[in-house]
Amino acid sequence: MAAKKPLFNRQMRRISELDANIQAGLAREEAERAKQAEAEIETVDYTPEQIAALDPALFEPAGFNEEDAERTGYSNYSYWASTFKNFWRNKVARVLIIALIAVLLFAFLQPIFPGQHDPVTINNDPETGIQLMNLAPSSEYWFGTNAIGQDLWARVWAGTRVSVFIGLVVALSDLVVGVIIGMIWGYVRKVDKVMTEIYNVISNVPQTLILILVSYILRPSITTIIISMCMVGWMAMARFIRNQVVIFRDRDFNLASRCLGTSTFRIITKNLLPQMVSVIMLQTALAIPGAIGDEVFLTYIGLGLPTSQASLGNLVEAGRVLMMQKELRYQLIFPAAVVAFITIAFYIIGNAFSDAADPKNHV
Amino acid sequence: MLEYIAKRTLGAVVSLFIVITLIFLLLRMMPMEGYFGAEYDKLSEETRASMLAEKGLDKPVLTQLVEFYKNLLKGDLGKSWIFRPNYPIAKILEKKIPYSLKIGLISMAVSLLVGIPLGAMMARFKGKLGDKIGTAFIAIVEALPTAVLMLFVQLYFSSWFNLSLLFDKDNPSTWILPILSISLLSICTYAMWMRRYMIDNINMDYVKLARAKGVRGGRIMFLHVFKNAFVPMAQFLPGSVLSTIIGSIYVEHLYSIPGTGGLLIDVIQRQDNTMVQTLVLLYAAIGIIGMFLGDLLMALLDPRISFVKKGDDR
Repeated sequence: MAAKKPLFNRQMRRISELDANIQAGLAREEAERAKQAEAEIETVDYTPEQIAALDPALFEPAGFNEEDAERTGYSNYSYWASTFKNFWRNKVARVLIIALIAVLLFAFLQPIFPGQHDPVTINNDPETGIQLMNLAPSSEYWFGTNAIGQDLWARVWAGTRVSVFIGLVVALSDLVVGVIIGMIWGYVRKVDKVMTEIYNVISNVPQTLILILVSYILRPSITTIIISMCMVGWMAMARFIRNQVVIFRDRDFNLASRCLGTSTFRIITKNLLPQMVSVIMLQTALAIPGAIGDEVFLTYIGLGLPTSQASLGNLVEAGRVLMMQKELRYQLIFPAAVVAFITIAFYIIGNAFSDAADPKNHV
Repeated sequence: MLEYIAKRTLGAVVSLFIVITLIFLLLRMMPMEGYFGAEYDKLSEETRASMLAEKGLDKPVLTQLVEFYKNLLKGDLGKSWIFRPNYPIAKILEKKIPYSLKIGLISMAVSLLVGIPLGAMMARFKGKLGDKIGTAFIAIVEALPTAVLMLFVQLYFSSWFNLSLLFDKDNPSTWILPILSISLLSICTYAMWMRRYMIDNINMDYVKLARAKGVRGGRIMFLHVFKNAFVPMAQFLPGSVLSTIIGSIYVEHLYSIPGTGGLLIDVIQRQDNTMVQTLVLLYAAIGIIGMFLGDLLMALLDPRISFVKKGDDR
């Protein structure tokens, strides 16, 4: 005990110091308030003549206006408006979202710009008729040409279009399917055990196997890739939503809602979903670069889109093969840079948006 | 507790049974041509039929399934069909797993030793320069396509530090790059989650109380916050340790390590059904056991977590 005494004393001293600080602060505030009150009294000092000259309307009772009375209870707080305002305050995210929109817009508008090459045409030398293979970046071919003489600049943008399209469709499907299944999974107690077992089973079936079977039934194409990604992708979202629903399901406000006879649908859409906006947005934002990364991976193991189809996965893979030759490295760097930019942009924007969507951060 | 363990084990066995049956049936839906590889066109109809009969593929699916389970219960994993024709699968795995396991375990140790303190430091100095640099580093590593990131590591680190591009099991210096590549990713994962959990804990009442009592900041961080933040991390640890058996496909391809990375994808593509079944059985078992051990470890570290009681209040 003796050894602890000094510590205790120190703490007591610290507490009394804090106390003194607070007392001093209160005294200061009191003094200021007194000063202000004095100043106010000084300004309202009229002589009887002045009072007689005042407008008699000022002495009429104000009456009770129900509309005005209600106005005090009204707050112009809007959830989405403050989310966007908060999001816009983040400088990095602001710059990135403008850049991202510009890049995506450009990718989709690129074919209608003048003087663009076709992404599939093999360019031949007009004099000799030989393919213009592996040309380094120049004023004619901004990103150079690839191993069979196609314009890499056009291919990179065509690939971006394809990959972003895949990413958007997959993210949207993950969002819709994942949220609906996750809600049911979490909210309905009876299905919880069954769904958990189903989840364990599906998550242990290798995605490659599903992909091979899907591409055996359909031919390898954008649709095949989208279908197989959608078949697996919703699970992460569903599990996430399920965990969140289990946390919020039995909170008091839901119990109260249920007692008041709120329908299950309304409880789910009005009580539960708004709690999860931030995590749902984050998951969806990450699903887009996730799908692009998956596409790169599928191409790496040889299950991607046909090589004639320009996509970021195909371009990265084609560049990866040539990477050991230093002068051809540009064929990897350009598509990889686009992938990296899109991924980082979505990652940071998603995080910033999910921070902004959390009402705790709203003023 | 014993009852809980028994229930979990039973559930795991049922899950495994369904997974394996499902895989077995899915594999029987694969195209027949796949079993012959590139020689499909050259073979006559009779040869094809006899090759299928040799693998038992001509019998009805149910008979095949029953036979498969009979062998499995005897502990016989069967022989590989195509990957290494007629070679016992157990022996193939026996040779491959140690490589992946060694590299995986070393990189896991490295990433735990670096990632956890990194995350803790980032949480301690939240919003300061170190936190910002760490966040940027994590964002970049997580954002770059893994294939490209690993390639850059292989290409540039090997030329900067004059290390070999390929793996050699007798030369320890060739182990550095594969281990670095794997750890780089998991360091970021560990640091990210550690930071998240610690920051969540910093806002808790017990931290406020400790601060009001006058406990020093560093002491609160490492004696109280760290311990509490580590509990959810512990859930993943056993699973991660076991998963090192699965190996890393990119790293093992790039450095030509004869491990298990990408083995599953390889045998699926070549339709080596017996290998696929064995590997899926193994990996699914690892996944389920990992989750189970994770729950147990969590309950061990945090006395407030009890799985026995959980059944009542749900």
